[in-house]
Amino acid sequence: MSSVEFRHLAVKYGRRAVIHDFSMAVASGSWVGLIGPNGAGKSSLLRAVAGLVKYSGDIVVDGSSLSLRSRSRRASLVAYVPQEPILPDEMTGREYVMLGRTPHIGYFGHPTKSERAMVDDVIGRLGLDEIAPRHLGVLSGGERQRLVIARALATEAPILLLDEPTSALDIGHQQQAFELVERLRREHGLTVISAMHDLTLAGMYSDRLALLHEGTVVADGSVEDVLSAETLAEFYGVRVTVHREDDGTVVVVPRREQL
Amino acid sequence: MSLSALVLVVIACVGAMTGPAGPEWWRVPLALLERIPGFGESGLGISSGVSPLEWSIIWDIRMPRVVLAGIVGATLSLGGASYQGVFRNPLVDPYLLGAAAGGGLGATIIFTTVGSDRLDWPVDPVPLVAFVFALGTVTLTYLVGASFGGMRTSSTLVLAGVAMVSLTTAIQTFILQRNSDVVRVVYNWILGRLATASWGDVVLVLPYVALSTTVLLFHRRHLDVLRVGDEEAAALGIPVARVRLTVVAAATLGTAAVVAVSGLIGFVGLVVPHMVRLMAGSTYRVVIPLAVTVGGAFLILADIPGRTLSSPAEVPIGVVTAFIGAPFFIILLRTRQVSR
Repeated sequence: MSSVEFRHLAVKYGRRAVIHDFSMAVASGSWVGLIGPNGAGKSSLLRAVAGLVKYSGDIVVDGSSLSLRSRSRRASLVAYVPQEPILPDEMTGREYVMLGRTPHIGYFGHPTKSERAMVDDVIGRLGLDEIAPRHLGVLSGGERQRLVIARALATEAPILLLDEPTSALDIGHQQQAFELVERLRREHGLTVISAMHDLTLAGMYSDRLALLHEGTVVADGSVEDVLSAETLAEFYGVRVTVHREDDGTVVVVPRREQL
Repeated sequence: MSLSALVLVVIACVGAMTGPAGPEWWRVPLALLERIPGFGESGLGISSGVSPLEWSIIWDIRMPRVVLAGIVGATLSLGGASYQGVFRNPLVDPYLLGAAAGGGLGATIIFTTVGSDRLDWPVDPVPLVAFVFALGTVTLTYLVGASFGGMRTSSTLVLAGVAMVSLTTAIQTFILQRNSDVVRVVYNWILGRLATASWGDVVLVLPYVALSTTVLLFHRRHLDVLRVGDEEAAALGIPVARVRLTVVAAATLGTAAVVAVSGLIGFVGLVVPHMVRLMAGSTYRVVIPLAVTVGGAFLILADIPGRTLSSPAEVPIGVVTAFIGAPFFIILLRTRQVSR
């Protein structure tokens, strides 16, 4: 269980600021969905937490700054699933999941017996025994996505960052992947921060939504508060209808400009 | 792994058994065994019946050549596998960043300036200057690549390598064109040769090759992590730029050393790693150590027809590697595709 706190975070690519003065606290064990139009800074925010871009301000995990931690310690706290993960065709599923143990292996070390056992355990729990010995190149999109999540789980990091994790999947596999993350979050008390395109899915799985626009938070709160037709119209520039189902699910339906 | 080591030893013995003059072939392994403590007359009583002259042919002429071929083949294929891993590109070879072109330029300069006077020198300057030029060229490539952000993307480094290789080759061509009398000597050097191998050459390259091999063996796990890309490797806690610099430096050191003593032997660094992958899978945990043994065995084997086919003349080793390697590789590729 780990909390994350952003304090006046700013990220620049050259002279262009993509995140500025971003502050937010993410409670331990919660799922925060980052939404916002393309270029709003969702990916940059996740990349900052993963230590892949330089930033000013501070990201604090469990009370101490991430920038003070070593590279491998940081990697063992934060598992990062990029938008388009690279899965080498000739690598087997098991080898790929094993890469998740990297932060725990010393510079000149090699995976020990217990590391292998741990990876086998992850593979078993996610029901990946059949695809583990196969090459990544022959697997379907859904199978690949489950392996990517398995690799993140194998790091045993308490914080999981997902960048549009299901953008390449069909609706059924999207749901399967999110259900899997949700199950793991409950079982392991993971803190999940995910950038998401699909607003309905974002609303279904997140405890809390943060709407980013031009590098800063413009709306932050419960799903009901953030997913309002007015807010979405203002920042996405779209006309939508927001339905509330009986079970509390918020459904966002785009509307045609001309009927 | 142990199987490939055994194959390497057997092939090395075959290498020592073949050649003009010398004792009958079957006496050679006996002669080698006889000199291992405990196997000779005082121990198991093995006696080969090889005369001192014949032994001198085995030990002073054939063995250094076999051992050097093994070292050169192992180092080039290990360098190739490492370069392919660190650049995530299956088409690169250890000469990519200018080790061969630089070595060639260095040798050319010595052949044109000092010429045959070099034979009077206490130490042959050709390997030393070739070694220094090979390392210098790769260092320049690295500095040029780094100044355009090459630490972050490997493609800038590859492009810098292409530029440096053309520049170095152009200078070499210019020098050769003005000194046409040395063209033949330089050309011979470029084609690669193991014919003049002596224990001195082996001793000369061994420290660099040993250092290079040790470093690369220790980085094979990092090469596997790099397969998922710089960004994800960094997110997994790998210091990507440092690993890339270390691996390139180590692979270059070994390559420069073997280029200095054996010239440019093509094909080994590019194709042997792929042979290994086709035979044993693609994980660097396996590819890196196997590249050493298979590369060594491959070049010892390739050297045998090189010195026997048109004996006593020599077929350049670079020609033989391509002649043996290309069809073998095509067959391997075909059988792999059928079995899929």
